[in-house]
Amino acid sequence: MLEARYRTARALPLGRTDAPAPAGAGLPAPAGAGLLIRPAAAEARFSLRLRGPLVAAAGLPLDRPINTVSGDETRWIARLGPDEWLIGAAETDADILAAAAIADLAGRAHALVDVSHRNVGIDVRGAAAAIALNAGCPLDLGDAAFPAGSATRTLFGKAEIVLIRRPGPVPAYRVECWRSFATYVYGLLQEAAFGVGPLERAAAR
Amino acid sequence: MAQPFRLARGGRIDRARPVRFSFNGRTVEGYQGDTVASALLASGIHLVGRSFKYHRPRGILSHGPDEPSALLSVDRGPGRVDPNNRASVVELREGLKTRSQNHWPSLRYDVGAVNDLLSPVFVAGFYYKTFMWPRTFWDRVYEPFIRSAAGLGKAPTEADPDRYANRHAHCDVLIVGAGPAGLAAALAAARTGKRVIVADEGAEPGGSLLHDVTSEIDGRPAAEWLKAALADLDGRENVVLLPRTTAFGYYNHNHVALAERVTDHLPAGAANAPRERLWQVRAGEVVLAGGSHERPLVFADNDRPGILLAESVRVFINRYGVLPGRRIVFATSGASAYVAALDAKRAGADVTLVDLRLEADCGPEPARLRAAGITVLTGHTVVGSTGRSRVAGLLVAPIGSDGRCGRRRRLACDCVGMSGGWTPAVHLFSQSRGKLAYDPALDAFLPGTSAQAERSAGAARGTYDLAACLAEGDAAGAAAAGSAERRPFTATPTPTGFQPVRIMPTDADPAKVRAVVDFQNDVTAKDIKLAVREGFQSIEHVKRYTTTGMATDQGKTSNMNALGIVAGQLDKALPGVGTTTFRPPYTPVTFGALVGPARHALFDPIRTTPIHGWAEAHGALFENVALWRRAWYFPKPGEDLHAAVARECRAVRAGVGIFDASTLGKIEIVGPDAAEFMNRLYINPWAKLEPGRCRYGLMLKEDGYILDDGVVARVSPECFHVTTTTGGAARVLAHMEDYLQTEWPDLQVFLTSTTEQWAVIALQGPRAREVIAPLVEGIDLSPQAFPHMAMRSGTLCGVPTRLFRVSFTGELGFEINVPSDHALAVWEALMEAGRPHGITPYGTETMHVLRAEKGYIIVGQETDGTVTPDDVGLAGMIAKAKRDFVGKRSLARPDVVASGRKQLVGLVTDDPSCVLDEGAQIVADPNQPIPMRMLGHVTSSYWSANCERSIALALVAGGRDLLGQTLHVTTPDGFTTATVAEPVFFDPKGERIHA
Repeated sequence: MLEARYRTARALPLGRTDAPAPAGAGLPAPAGAGLLIRPAAAEARFSLRLRGPLVAAAGLPLDRPINTVSGDETRWIARLGPDEWLIGAAETDADILAAAAIADLAGRAHALVDVSHRNVGIDVRGAAAAIALNAGCPLDLGDAAFPAGSATRTLFGKAEIVLIRRPGPVPAYRVECWRSFATYVYGLLQEAAFGVGPLERAAAR
Repeated sequence: MAQPFRLARGGRIDRARPVRFSFNGRTVEGYQGDTVASALLASGIHLVGRSFKYHRPRGILSHGPDEPSALLSVDRGPGRVDPNNRASVVELREGLKTRSQNHWPSLRYDVGAVNDLLSPVFVAGFYYKTFMWPRTFWDRVYEPFIRSAAGLGKAPTEADPDRYANRHAHCDVLIVGAGPAGLAAALAAARTGKRVIVADEGAEPGGSLLHDVTSEIDGRPAAEWLKAALADLDGRENVVLLPRTTAFGYYNHNHVALAERVTDHLPAGAANAPRERLWQVRAGEVVLAGGSHERPLVFADNDRPGILLAESVRVFINRYGVLPGRRIVFATSGASAYVAALDAKRAGADVTLVDLRLEADCGPEPARLRAAGITVLTGHTVVGSTGRSRVAGLLVAPIGSDGRCGRRRRLACDCVGMSGGWTPAVHLFSQSRGKLAYDPALDAFLPGTSAQAERSAGAARGTYDLAACLAEGDAAGAAAAGSAERRPFTATPTPTGFQPVRIMPTDADPAKVRAVVDFQNDVTAKDIKLAVREGFQSIEHVKRYTTTGMATDQGKTSNMNALGIVAGQLDKALPGVGTTTFRPPYTPVTFGALVGPARHALFDPIRTTPIHGWAEAHGALFENVALWRRAWYFPKPGEDLHAAVARECRAVRAGVGIFDASTLGKIEIVGPDAAEFMNRLYINPWAKLEPGRCRYGLMLKEDGYILDDGVVARVSPECFHVTTTTGGAARVLAHMEDYLQTEWPDLQVFLTSTTEQWAVIALQGPRAREVIAPLVEGIDLSPQAFPHMAMRSGTLCGVPTRLFRVSFTGELGFEINVPSDHALAVWEALMEAGRPHGITPYGTETMHVLRAEKGYIIVGQETDGTVTPDDVGLAGMIAKAKRDFVGKRSLARPDVVASGRKQLVGLVTDDPSCVLDEGAQIVADPNQPIPMRMLGHVTSSYWSANCERSIALALVAGGRDLLGQTLHVTTPDGFTTATVAEPVFFDPKGERIHA
């Protein structure tokens, strides 16, 4: 389906990461808040639905527990339910990844749907990242309840998101939302940056 | 001397940091650490307001959140004016402007005080009794009067410029209150390493320890113990200690709402920080250690400024270094006031104490006071007070052995501290749905059976002795954290003797005495007695009839006195009268805190398409469709809606129009059983639809009524590309998932929302093919190879596309699906390619008109949840051979097959320029008597530029049998006439679509 010969680069709803924030997105996060909120670059994403046991497809593990994410930032797979995964990859890998997955899934009832343009990624990093997310996300994001490697579908304010926590020395989260909700989600994250309060509050974790 | 009542030393204020604020325009000085109340008292200002109903002069009653009288308007700058702030909790800040309320022309000379003289008129139930008749007085006299009298203070008119934050938080143990019990609980819970949140409403955590200058804990002065405890908690990573944070609501599953006041106390300049933060805490266990409220004594003129609660006098002296008066009389029925009296004496006041209890019932306290040089009158009642806007004397009398009052005497004073005992703050416990239990010894309702994982400790459950409070808090905190460890505490014993009293015995005619029970709503003891005499027996009824306990203080100081009076009148035990319901919020919460960041662009997500920016730049006006914002029409300079839509409509039929249909819902249905799944959900047949072909699908609810519609393309044998209405997308997906997961889990089908993966550009009009031809690769666009209702995959401008040849206009048309991030580039390329053909962007209004010209329905406009396929003339789409589909059986219901159902027809007005109102009612005979028989209503109505006349669609009973007949349709002025017609107004043969 995907062709290499696009007429233009993708026009992301929150702009390119080096471009200024979109109108209505609010002020940038205050300096020193221990927080970096950045729209992700263009990426490929697939929704994979599959029933029955399978260890892996396209080199991505399918046997990990629900609500976990595997892989690294260039290729990851989040298990969101018993038969549902969200896959992310570098945009240039999209065709290869899809072809490999389809080959591995041949003969099994499944759906591999390209949602690269449906989903928008926002990266939230820093000591206060979880506090900012908790401005709109009611989940317990403490280390015990939501350790690195966690992934779940949840709410951020009035928008549905997928929340992924990546491993690393600094808390790092990926928020995935649908395209038309991106301005709202990004705006609410920016607003949340003003409410994180002193960093001592990180003790809340 | 600026602060004549400020003590030279003592208190927790910072005398090196003076703070100036204004009260009714007068500059008043206080210190950092003061509240508005303590600073006013330091300057000798006692008169701070007028009471709600009788406009009686009122002062400061309390030092805490239960203050019912000293309600001020606080001005923190433009847009930051709040009414009804309790002076006792507003922290002093440089430049604060405060004003008293409920008086005219001035606080001291208030015309409304005439109400006090007319008070025999304003009896309990006054409103119910007075505003009955005449009926005509209601709108212009009674309602405006009641409205103006219905609340204190003025609501702000300017938009709130402040920012408000919201935070969800989770912890193992939430502790409400950081007094001795709460701190002991926090220390015990914190030691286990579990996550602990401690919320205290005060500016400083510590509760009663902040004003206890004589007690020792574990051999140290209480203040030192407090300092060490706070340092311990502060040093622990697992503890969050929140001062200025009120736990105001206790909901299901230990979900507790806290309001944190973040910046109000700071000097201006913390501009970007939130003013308040709403914490939504989900706690494993909750420890309620919110303390208790002191009860006032009920005697004549007990509301005079200068009459405070006894413990509040102690707080102002010890915590704020303010002596509320130089000659203070304490009046009490319990032992706690003795401590206050000793502290007042030590601070230099001339002190007398009057105790209702007989000497024999008083314990050792009177002797201690006398030894300190304080006159103690036991067995004395209070029968009144003297003075005008400030108390000047307290009238007391001994009670004889027969219970009668002896000779009155007047104790000259400038301040009274009264204490009628204590009421545990069980508000949050009660909100948690726990059951209260009455304890006769304490004369209080205490937490009884818990409904959630919580426990109370300290004064909040009637434990008043300091060492006992600490031990109880320690046990509660440890238990909540799952620890068996307990720590012993030693502390100075707390005098806790107490004798309940309802109304102080008096020698006056009780019917003439104004003894206030509810200070905020101005309800007196005789009001409550009258209510009982008039037949009200339940406290819930008495409360509503007299309004006692119904003010914003929720009767914190008054409830037990009111309950006791009702019980006494009925000669019942107190629990027999019941207790009122405690509802959130515990204390008033700003709207801002509740709203949080959900304002303006962050109120609701505003969904926009990838082409939105282009439409904005090209002058589009927008309309809201569900959460989407869609281009409504594209006016050229000077055009109104009518002119723009007429031009857009003509352009589509004459040349080509371009329309952003990206908001259409899209679902990718994939799997070996995809066709079977479609067959079960839609009325149409799907098995034989070939890949590459489309079909208009109609979906019913189980009741047989239309749920949604949309074009469906079969992409491959196992893949369908389904479209839904814009507003129905989420509903349809949920409907499908519901059936798939609960009814047919055996079907091998997967549903994925692709609404936002694909942007959709509709290109409609006779020249549509010419516009896209040069841009498309890999698709044969000829009518033979690519007929109407077909779908092809290929590229357009090099972008992969699913190209639909479909039409919602009746013209040759394409709906171009491209990945969203490329849609704007494709749109702009199409605009460029279409320029020679006069390509015209159009909006939803034109889309509506064009489809109405063809009689195409819109779900939600022609349907309303009670319309069947046959009602809108689409019964022919039902697959006859299918055994079943959702809604099929309902189509055989007697009322569905009966004749006379409303059917979709066209209406042609006799006056072609008359555009009917959508929703207008239709009758056969406008001269029939009212109520007339309604035949139906207009569902869509427009001016059609292409037909050069008005057109309308309507649902009319038996409509298809009425073709050619004249009906009457309501207009704003009466009726107009219209002829029933087929619901197709343009190109009835449908030839253009196949061009």
